[in-house]
Parts: sequence; C-alpha cells; structure tokens
Amino acid sequence: MCGIAGIIHTDGPGDVGTEMTKMLQSMKHRGPDSAGYALYGEPSELVVMRFKLADPNETSDFDYNERLERNRREVESRLSKIGATVDRVEGESAYAYRATFRYEGELKPLADYVEDIPGCEVLSLGHSLEIVKDLGDAQTVADQYRLDSFRGTHAIGHVRMATESDVDIAGAHPYWAYPFSDVAVVHNGQLTNYHQWRRRLERNGHRFQSECDSEIIAVYLAERLADGTSLETAMKQSLDDLDGVFTYLVVTEDSLGMAKDAMAAKPLVLHEGENLVALASEESAIRAVLPQEIDSYDPYESEVLVWSR
Amino acid sequence: MVAMNPPTEQDTRGVRNDIRGLAEPDAEAPKVARIEGGTATFDAADLSPRLVNLELRRLVYGEGVREIRVENPGAKHSIAVGLLARCRITINGSLGYFGATLGDGPEIHITGRVGWSVAENMMSGVVVIDKNAGSLTGAAMRGGDLVVRGHVGARTGIDQKGGTIIIGGNAGSMTGFMMQRGRQIICGDVGPGMGDSMYDGAIYVGGTVAALGVDCVEEELTPDDEELLDRKLGIYRMDRPDTFRKFVCGKQLYNYDNLEPSERKLVL
Repeated sequence: MCGIAGIIHTDGPGDVGTEMTKMLQSMKHRGPDSAGYALYGEPSELVVMRFKLADPNETSDFDYNERLERNRREVESRLSKIGATVDRVEGESAYAYRATFRYEGELKPLADYVEDIPGCEVLSLGHSLEIVKDLGDAQTVADQYRLDSFRGTHAIGHVRMATESDVDIAGAHPYWAYPFSDVAVVHNGQLTNYHQWRRRLERNGHRFQSECDSEIIAVYLAERLADGTSLETAMKQSLDDLDGVFTYLVVTEDSLGMAKDAMAAKPLVLHEGENLVALASEESAIRAVLPQEIDSYDPYESEVLVWSR
Repeated sequence: MVAMNPPTEQDTRGVRNDIRGLAEPDAEAPKVARIEGGTATFDAADLSPRLVNLELRRLVYGEGVREIRVENPGAKHSIAVGLLARCRITINGSLGYFGATLGDGPEIHITGRVGWSVAENMMSGVVVIDKNAGSLTGAAMRGGDLVVRGHVGARTGIDQKGGTIIIGGNAGSMTGFMMQRGRQIICGDVGPGMGDSMYDGAIYVGGTVAALGVDCVEEELTPDDEELLDRKLGIYRMDRPDTFRKFVCGKQLYNYDNLEPSERKLVL
C-alpha cells in the first residue's frame, strides 16, 4: 500500500521536519515497516552527505562497534583523498552519519569511492538535500534523528508497507537520484518493467543499492536530468517509459513534482494554498498540518505537476 | 457464538486493539450529542471513526433522532457507514475514504469533499457532496441518488448495479467500468475508457468524452431521457448543460448463451 506525502512552502522556510512527521504519522496504517524523509534545508556552500555503514536488523557481531568506527574513519580519509575538505562527520544513530564537506568536483566518483567501503551506502548527497530513513514509524525515526527542529522550504516523505523487497534501510524510500545532486523520489505502487530498466541503467554505469523497484524512478530521472532535460519533461517521459501502477513525488533543490500513471490506480490528494502546497495519499495527512476546512482534489490520470519554492 | 477475544492493552495513543488487530471492539457510543427537538448535533474532532459511527447508531436506532449534524469530521475514513434507517445527516466538512457507504435509507449531505469509494454499495437513500470526490465514487452502488457537485476521479460507478450518479463537474478515466445497471449523469467532460466493458445502464455526458472504452456505444436520446435529466438536475438544483449525449452497452461482448464445451456435452 505505502503512503507518500509532500509539502512545499512558497514564502520562505517553515518547520518542514515537524510538518512531515505529522503527515507521515497520520498515515501510519498505510505502512508500518519503515519511514523516510527527504528534507531541504537552507542551501549551504558545503556538501551534505548522509550515509549509513550498517543496517538496523543486521546482527552485531563481536567487532561490530570497532568495525563501524574503522569504516567511519575510512569514509573521512577517502573524502580527503578525493579532494574534499571535511567540515565534520556526526553520528546520527549507531550506524547512520551526516558529513559536511567542501568539494567542487564530480559527485559520482566521490559517491562510488565512499560506497566501496563494505556496508556503506550514501543515502543522499547535495547542498540542501538530506535523506533520513529507518525502520519504524515516522515518529520513531523523527525522534531518533532529531528532525523536529529541521527548518526548510520543502520535503517529501514515505511510510512503507514492503511488498516487492526486504524490510531494511536499502528498501526504504526516499531514493536519492544517484549520482545527481539534490534530487530524491518517493513512490507508491509497483513497477512491472523494473528489470528491463535496471539492466538499461546499469549498462549506462548507474549503481543500484536495493532490490526495490522504486529505485529506478530516481535513477531514471537523474539520467534524464543529466542529459539536460527539464524535470517536468523527464517526468512526462517517465509516464510512457515506466510500466505498472504508480504515483510518485520528486523533489529537487527548488521544486516539488508529482506524476500519476495512466490508470490513476494509486491515490493522491492535492491542496494548493496561497503559500503552501501539500499533497498526500490521504487527505487526513494534509489535515495533520492544516486542520481547517480546505479545498482539495485528486489529480487525474497521466498528470504531471511541478511547483517551485 | 464466537467468543470475543480479550482486548489487549491500550497502546501509546490510547487506541484499543483486540488480538485480531481490530480497533476498539468493545467501544461504546460516547454520548456526546446535544439533542434539541428531534435534532442532534455533535463534534467529531476528538472521536475515532468507530466512535462517530457508534454515536450515529445510538442517535438513529436508540434515540430515534431523524436529523443529525456532525461538526469537524476532519477527513476521517469510514464515517456514516451501514445506516439502515430513514434519517437526515449533515456532515459539515470533508470525509476520507469510504464515506457514507453501505447505507440503506439515509439522506447524507457532506458540505466538503470526500476521498475514494464514497457511497460504495449504497442500497437506497441520497448522498450529496458539495465539493470534489476521489476515485471509485459510487462503486457497486445498487440504488439511490449520489450527487457530487464538483469533480470526481477515476472509475466512477465501477460495477454499478443501480441508482443514479450525478456529477456536476468532470470525471476521470474508466468511468462506468463494468457497470451493470443504473444511470450516470455527468455534466462536464469525461476521461478515456468511458463505459469500458459495461453490461447495461446508461451514461449521459454534457461535455466531451476523451475516448470510449470497449463495447460502449452512443445512442439517441429519447424524450424519456430528456425528462429524466430535467427532473434529476432540477431536484438537486444543478445547472443543466444545453445538450447531453447518451452512451450505452454495444452488447458485442454478450456470450451468455454460449455454453462451454464440457457443458454442451451435458446438455446433449
């Protein structure tokens, strides 16, 4: 089933951390397995990288802590080797970290070099994007990663009911559009031509971290954006290229978009306010941040909409 | 008698679940409604969907109240379901999924919008929605009138078996998919795949149709059709488009008399 939500403030930053937690928590019944956030803070000169070195359901063997510490230091040293000036690396939980560094070069070699460390996965990379995802409901994840104080302009989130792959962080949404800076995707549905697209994209040099079908949407869009296609055009092309049932949300540094398949098989409710656009699988999620009576509607089949902050 | 499982402990949000995961199996009506001269009003803001429905049942069946007003429904799911008596309910706000479903008799007026599957399986009665509705509006409906003044999503009246669905705005794709009887009156435009695999019934469209579904064909309007459109739109005070087109089943997919080879052998 899964639940997705998105919010964008068009009049400057808001408490998107708290707002997204409320929206996702009200849809807990749609997916209790894991919760994930893609949050956009104030753009910074530094690159923000969220990464993990182990999975929460991995058994911790005798040198678990030592190995994580060793690998964390290895990430720092590899960042320096590739030419980044590391600002700081903070532990967000026992196995997830947030690194900030100054870096001007290509992101793909950097991500590949860091992910070469055993157990390491780069969750997000960019100047304002931060992806946080973990097992449990939205409130549990928000408390664990202290998201209540996060201020920003827009965010998307996802509560997952695993149907196509394992319950772990790699299978949790949102997906970062590797190796494209500041782009992330959440998806509700199933893609039936996943393997075709995965083979095509892998031949073009893209890496996949999970067995989850939704990951191809992020990588597909990243490839189109890298070719110079606009976000809206890339999303319209995806309606023909992707097969299956889907409603997905995509965020970039300054915009938020939604796309719905030709059968309109997955729900989405949309509210366009004066200074705020909120959309979610259920209206009750929008009501969690806008309790008053609001005007809202369901976008139609094959519809692509994009808003900018 | 099936033994009721003992309720488990309350979770952190104060919601009781029994061993099957069903919410609040032993809940009782909250008795919060204010009853004045045959009319009851209550606020649903702090009530769970189950408590709202229990309160509605208490008022309709227990107190014999025939006019009820529900404030602050807050887009909750499954509100005003399974009411099997004549009564008039006004819901001042919006509902989530499965609003006003499984009803037999009530007149329900929703002043906001509704999510998916509103009035699903309605047997008789009237449901009026002032704003938009989601997909699967009036799914498997068997009787009564369902009126949406705004726009509706996809698959309106899927598997409809009777009654009338009236839409003031536009409708999405696969409208009237597999409908078996009944009528749909859509004043605006309709998306692709309209009337796909319909068995019977009629769809009247005031605007444009993006594309017809399999075995859906256009038919001439008769004076009876015109009378029906005037009457139904008049009852709910809706603007009538100048012209309507009527779409019905082409009956090219009817194979009811053809026996399977194994069955034919038995008959002979």
